[in-house]
Amino acid sequence: MSTVIQHPSAQHPSAAKTETTPVAMIEGYNFAYLDEQTKRMIRRAILKAVAVPGYQVPFGSREMPLPYGWGTGGIQVTAAVIGPDDTLKVIDQGADDTTNAVNIRRFFAKTAGVATTEKTADASIIQTRHRIPEKPLTEEQILVYQVPIPEPLRQLEARETETRKMHALEEYGVMHVSLYEDIATFGRITRSYNYPVKVADRYVMAPSPIPKFDNPKMNRMPALQLFGAGREKRIYAVPPYTKVESLDFEDHPFTIESWEENCALCGATDSYLDEVVIDDKGGKMFVCSDSDYCQERREAGHVGDGGPPHTESDGR
Amino acid sequence: MYVAVKGGEQAIENSQKLLAEERRGDTGVPELSLDQIREQMALAVDRVMTEGSLYDPELAALAIKQACGDLQEAIFLLRAYRTTLPRFGVSEPIDTGHMAIRRRISATYKDLPGGQVLGPSFDYTHRLLDFALAAGDTRPVADIAEQAVDSGMPRVTDILNHEGLVEVEEPESDDTPVFDLTRESPRYPADRPARLQNLARGDEGFLLALGYSTQRGFGNNHPFAGEIRLGEVAVEFAPEELGFPIEIGEITVTECQMINQFKGSASQPPQFTRGYGLTFGHCERKAMSMALVDRALRAEEFGEPVEAPAQDEEFVMAHSDNVEASGFVQHLKLPHYVDFQAELVTVRALRKQAFAAAEVNPVSDAAE
Repeated sequence: MSTVIQHPSAQHPSAAKTETTPVAMIEGYNFAYLDEQTKRMIRRAILKAVAVPGYQVPFGSREMPLPYGWGTGGIQVTAAVIGPDDTLKVIDQGADDTTNAVNIRRFFAKTAGVATTEKTADASIIQTRHRIPEKPLTEEQILVYQVPIPEPLRQLEARETETRKMHALEEYGVMHVSLYEDIATFGRITRSYNYPVKVADRYVMAPSPIPKFDNPKMNRMPALQLFGAGREKRIYAVPPYTKVESLDFEDHPFTIESWEENCALCGATDSYLDEVVIDDKGGKMFVCSDSDYCQERREAGHVGDGGPPHTESDGR
Repeated sequence: MYVAVKGGEQAIENSQKLLAEERRGDTGVPELSLDQIREQMALAVDRVMTEGSLYDPELAALAIKQACGDLQEAIFLLRAYRTTLPRFGVSEPIDTGHMAIRRRISATYKDLPGGQVLGPSFDYTHRLLDFALAAGDTRPVADIAEQAVDSGMPRVTDILNHEGLVEVEEPESDDTPVFDLTRESPRYPADRPARLQNLARGDEGFLLALGYSTQRGFGNNHPFAGEIRLGEVAVEFAPEELGFPIEIGEITVTECQMINQFKGSASQPPQFTRGYGLTFGHCERKAMSMALVDRALRAEEFGEPVEAPAQDEEFVMAHSDNVEASGFVQHLKLPHYVDFQAELVTVRALRKQAFAAAEVNPVSDAAE
């Protein structure tokens, strides 16, 4: 018995327009929830982060009304930089309609009453979890990342006292050894997301768990990139047009994911694809993870092959 | 159906309505009032206030009701509310030496000034389900003691102090700014005030297990329950415009002073060391666990090897908070399909490579 699952945006052709249901503002809280003192504290941390690209600035992270691990760092950063004239876009896994993205957008609509959008180009602030939009960002935009573990060395060294020293001394040998061990074991670097980068030739930084496909977009991006880790109480930043290099070796250069398939809905060949399982016999289709990008392409008349569903051919 | 996670606004609203309905349960059963929770689930209220770091029985009862009795969820609700409250200052240190005692026991002396006061405790109950309680409408009355509890109830550690048998704890000077864990990011190595703040709001279960582990040899420090006391203490605050402290209220606290293995040095003759636990309300298990872990975390200070988890400051402090832990563990149910796709691409490529290698270089099993 097979169930055909549509790309959710395909079910709602109008999904990409600015949110239609107005959300009532909540009483009794300051604009964007946080009090002004807290916002100032966060802005100071952000300024320091921008001044020292890639350096993790400790900050007095607050307890938010959403759970830790669900975007509290990103929310605090967004709350500190957002103004009444901003237009906010929130994505999770590249899509505006995932529950967590909807929920965070709802939070800001409720506490700040700002305009929200699903269109990448219309947003002045984009808060994201796990993706960078496909459409290149501009100097007018801020990209806010939700970060679970800000420390790129954490899986190699559990202690904060040690990793702070390692960053201070620019001692990143352990990271290169780890990448080399991948090559020795598997013949290639096997990290596929949260792939470590070096920022402005100085700090090794966790790009947050974006797929490595997105890493090159960080390099010399015109938009300001801010990273908030609420539970770990760290903020870091990549200022506009800053060099961001993915770590690699001369004989094993950094590469990104590619697919033999195109997006089944819009036919895109250059976007990050999600694999959607459509039956219990190995059938699947590939669709853009960036729902706005896909929608925009379809509106411009691009069509994917849509089906028949692709079936795993090698059976392995 | 994974795509169902992309439900959007309507799904969230529906889910919350369903939750509200389930919270209420059978409407044929009378709804719980906050008074009932506060009065009849008092220990749950105390735990929520302690780990929620907010002394407000009414709000804690509301949080428990709203959380359908899930205490960690209730703690989260209280914390999220607490963080929005303005800070108007820091109180004077409470004086547990002048506590209105309801319970006070010491394991280190058979009798002592003020005596052993059992107070309300599960300790010597036989854990037999009481079916009379199931029938309801019980109105038990405890007799009033013929003699009032001694007004002078010195702390056991103060008694030991007369002989210099226990380390002296000097309060920091009044000018030292009070570190606030909820406003500043913790730095390691942390000092004892930061550690105690962390332990005070730490998860009872986590501290219980860590404390227990020290008793079983993972960082043993030979504890004695010097004293456990429960009662009411006055909270004093010195408004800047007055310049002297005034009493602003009274809170119930549980305090535990653990007396631990002695230490001596060239300048200091051997004396007992301390571990300290303090909670809002009546949370004895938590206070005792906290005292064990506090002492374990002082290993470095006393030149003991730091080998066990309970002695490891970063390990304990970074993982004690159940609001942090619960959030991060449960965030795994958020969609991760983009990263999973990246892993799929990698694993498929690795398998392709492995199969190709096997074809070039067949090994007996590899062709299976």
